[in-house]
Amino acid sequence: MPTSGLTRRSFLGAAGLGAVALTAACTGFATTGSGGMLFLSTQFRPADEAERFRDLLGRTAPGVSYVTIEESPFASQVRSQVGAGSTQVGLLGGLHGDIAPLADGYLQDLTGLLADLGNRGWPAAYLQLARAGTDRTWYIPWATASYVLAAHADALQHLPSGADAAALTYDQFLDWAIAARRANGNRPMLGLPAGPKGLLHRFTQGYLLPSFTGGQITTFRSDAAVTAWQYFRELWANCAQASTNYDFMQEPLGSGEVRMAWDHVVRLVHAPERDPQDWRMLPAPRGGHGLGYMAVVAGLAIPKGGTDPELAQRTISALTKPQTQIELLRSNGFFPSVDTVIPDDLPPATKLEADAVHRQQQAPGAILSLPPVGLGQREGEVSKVFKDSFRSIVLDGADIRATLDQQARVLQGILDELKVPCWAPDPVADFCRVG
Amino acid sequence: MRARFGSPWLLLLPSIVLLAALFGWPLVRAVVDAFSNDQGFTLDHWRRLFDDPYFLTALRNTLLLIVIVVPIQLVLAVGMALLMQARPRFASGHFYLWCVPLAISELAAGLVWLSIFGNRGYLNSLLVWLGLSQDGVQWLNYQHTGTMLLAVAIAEIWRATSLVFVIVVAGVQMIPRDYDEAAQVFGANFWQRLRHVTLPQLGPSLQVALILRTILALQAFAVAQALTGRDFPLLVGETYEWYSNLQNPAVASAVSLVVLAISLGTAVFYLRTVRAPEGSR
Repeated sequence: MPTSGLTRRSFLGAAGLGAVALTAACTGFATTGSGGMLFLSTQFRPADEAERFRDLLGRTAPGVSYVTIEESPFASQVRSQVGAGSTQVGLLGGLHGDIAPLADGYLQDLTGLLADLGNRGWPAAYLQLARAGTDRTWYIPWATASYVLAAHADALQHLPSGADAAALTYDQFLDWAIAARRANGNRPMLGLPAGPKGLLHRFTQGYLLPSFTGGQITTFRSDAAVTAWQYFRELWANCAQASTNYDFMQEPLGSGEVRMAWDHVVRLVHAPERDPQDWRMLPAPRGGHGLGYMAVVAGLAIPKGGTDPELAQRTISALTKPQTQIELLRSNGFFPSVDTVIPDDLPPATKLEADAVHRQQQAPGAILSLPPVGLGQREGEVSKVFKDSFRSIVLDGADIRATLDQQARVLQGILDELKVPCWAPDPVADFCRVG
Repeated sequence: MRARFGSPWLLLLPSIVLLAALFGWPLVRAVVDAFSNDQGFTLDHWRRLFDDPYFLTALRNTLLLIVIVVPIQLVLAVGMALLMQARPRFASGHFYLWCVPLAISELAAGLVWLSIFGNRGYLNSLLVWLGLSQDGVQWLNYQHTGTMLLAVAIAEIWRATSLVFVIVVAGVQMIPRDYDEAAQVFGANFWQRLRHVTLPQLGPSLQVALILRTILALQAFAVAQALTGRDFPLLVGETYEWYSNLQNPAVASAVSLVVLAISLGTAVFYLRTVRAPEGSR
């Protein structure tokens, strides 16, 4: 019989500790409505956001219950319900990319409703999106979000002379980053969200490339694109090295690691909380082809055979009234899709952002880009093309032309399988092709 | 006669069914997925994989990690097990303490080490406080593959040595004391007893520990993910990335087949080389 200082009990106890760790796995949850017409939406999925929106909905459109769902089951739910001829849902809410693919036979034509609602000041670009490449309107623009620059006074003081912070060019932006780095003892003040969950690929897709080339996919390998990537390399040389770990720029901005950054508004909103008077939010810079910017547009649609079209239309009308849109901004941080004055009593960061988003939208020569549309589950692979190009060209210093050619083949391969039309800013052709 | 003939298969049936359902079928699916598309047989997914800028880096990192981590863990674990065998005071206290990392999830362990190796982490704070460095070292900078590897290796060693340790302790307890005492009587010193008595008898345990640990090291990725994000890719992380984030099961299957091939290769290698010598049983 072997003996030792250990008892069987302590041995088993330690093994048990390990077993507990193995079983500490994931949990899931479901959200259900509470009677009335079902409003199925991909937005405000976190429980507290959903609760705030239900509160707003209860005040503006009673009798509607708000249920959230993830993007991919959203589409399959609507398709299967409408396809089976027994729609259980009255109203749909989602991003353009969620709703537009359903326009081929699963949504009611809202052209009449749009006319009835009158002119609420939707930007023409949004209304064109809502037609999804047809001559009819399939959803009513509901809310919007975008990406802007945030800068602290420490960085703003190094703005090159003659440059207007609210109307920068990409060259001035680079000069600014260089000046800020030099003034800060050669430590860059600019940060970009290049972490694993960061949205830097949106900067390439919606800001840099459209501003330099006028397009995103069709101009992917153009000479102008090579220039844009060249520029990106120079900009990166003036970026904080830790940027590859930044996911939400509000964190390094808040802690003072960086003093200027570009990111999604939701990921910047906490940065100015402590000292709002020291912060500015700025529209993105402009390049040779204009001011490329990306907007996330959410819309409201009515499924074919919806349970209560009357109530659904009244709800859409209520949710797109300017005062409701402002309330939505207050409660959930979604920016109005209609033209409205932003009141002064908003939280300072929201106010700053709303102004920057508005300026960006209204800037002369603005080029609206969208997150990829109609790619479904392949969207990640398209984003990967831009992320990998960034890694190869900017981080690993690979040859720009060769990298773009190689990534263009990957991109074309995905688009060949999907056979989808291009999305803004590229012109809508039957099938999207890399130029 | 019939009962004798039928019963072994009847008893084996549950495990055969489970193995077929949980290993066999997924394996067949993975092979089919990796080599086919709508049109039939294709090597497109493999071409896609080899064109990917992450794949070869991930393969290199994974192999490097195994080559560095597994031997260190083995030596540490044998050392720790021999210490336990010497029955120090508070032996079971030490035992529990050494097993704590076993109870910590891989991702949580990664986050713990992130708070140490981060740019403003404890290690850098310490270096700055000691005056050894002005701003600290950017351990996890994407340009410093060496320090990233170091950080991931240290975190992995801390996290998973206890697994090897538990197996080796079990093995050490199985060795009858008589052999050791006999060797002592003949005047063998500690190293001679370790080399000629203990280690040969530990062979089967070491084999199990090595196989398990290498396969688990092949599967490591949450630690690297937490510490370095996508800057230090590992093979299983790539499977996850392709399957979950990029939603391309075909390429994910291709990566997982690479992992499978390496696992099989190392398992066969260990089975052939780390055999207990015949006369020692």
